Amino acid sequence: MIFLWAFLVGGAICVLGQLMFDVVKLTPAHTMATLVVIGAIVDGLDLYEPLIKFAGAGATVPITSFGNALVHGALTELNKSGWIGVISGIFKVTSAGISAAIIFSFLAALIIRPKG
Amino acid sequence: MAPKKPNTERYQKMAMSPKEYQAYAKDKEPPRSILGNCLKAFLIGGFICVIGQVFTELFVHLMDMSREDAGNPTVAVMIFISVVLTSLGVYDKIAQFAGAGSAVPVTGFANSMCSAALEHRSEGLVLGVGGNMFKLAGSVIVFGTVAAFFVGIVHLILGTGGQ
Repeated sequence: MIFLWAFLVGGAICVLGQLMFDVVKLTPAHTMATLVVIGAIVDGLDLYEPLIKFAGAGATVPITSFGNALVHGALTELNKSGWIGVISGIFKVTSAGISAAIIFSFLAALIIRPKG
Repeated sequence: MAPKKPNTERYQKMAMSPKEYQAYAKDKEPPRSILGNCLKAFLIGGFICVIGQVFTELFVHLMDMSREDAGNPTVAVMIFISVVLTSLGVYDKIAQFAGAGSAVPVTGFANSMCSAALEHRSEGLVLGVGGNMFKLAGSVIVFGTVAAFFVGIVHLILGTGGQ
């Protein structure tokens, strides 16, 4: 069942992005930035976590979950160590995604022969 | 030198009022179906999330992780797959078909970083790869971080911080 909801919710978020491309005529960069901000706001309202429980990877794989994870780190750390946590906690949860993307991309650039 | 005779005759044949021209141009435009694009984005995007769900289930059942903890390794695996497909030139072909369906998932984020790294490889590791990797992905990180900061501030002011 979780697979079905992952498919439906993940697909729906992608359709939202496609509508921003085609109807609002945003550039891909603007669309991604908007989706991340939406994810951050939704988690600020405490609604992203229930969505993850409900749709699993349908909510964690789209880029909106990046905004969710940034807010989540900030709020968890805010709870633990006070106001400074808003700054120090932001990248706590997203570290895996950003580090993985940097490391794998760098290794790919080392291995793959440049075309130019 | 005599001034060139304007080639009026040739242009006259094609003369159209702006309205006519617009109709003509519209007729020649490739058809762009918003509905079709959305359907493709939905199917491919949903499919990518199902792959993510498969890895989440593997982490939950084989490595005894909670569902929340399984999120991070899932994202890392998806990013790895995306970087491999980008290096092989496959991801860009999928992206041409899927539009937002392959751009919105975190794999699209990794794709933008990896393709920037590969594209600028010839300018060197520091200036090329290091300096350009975040060219496209940077806006996502900047806006996400700033938004998270303000959401955190709001929670701090309201005294509702943290779960």
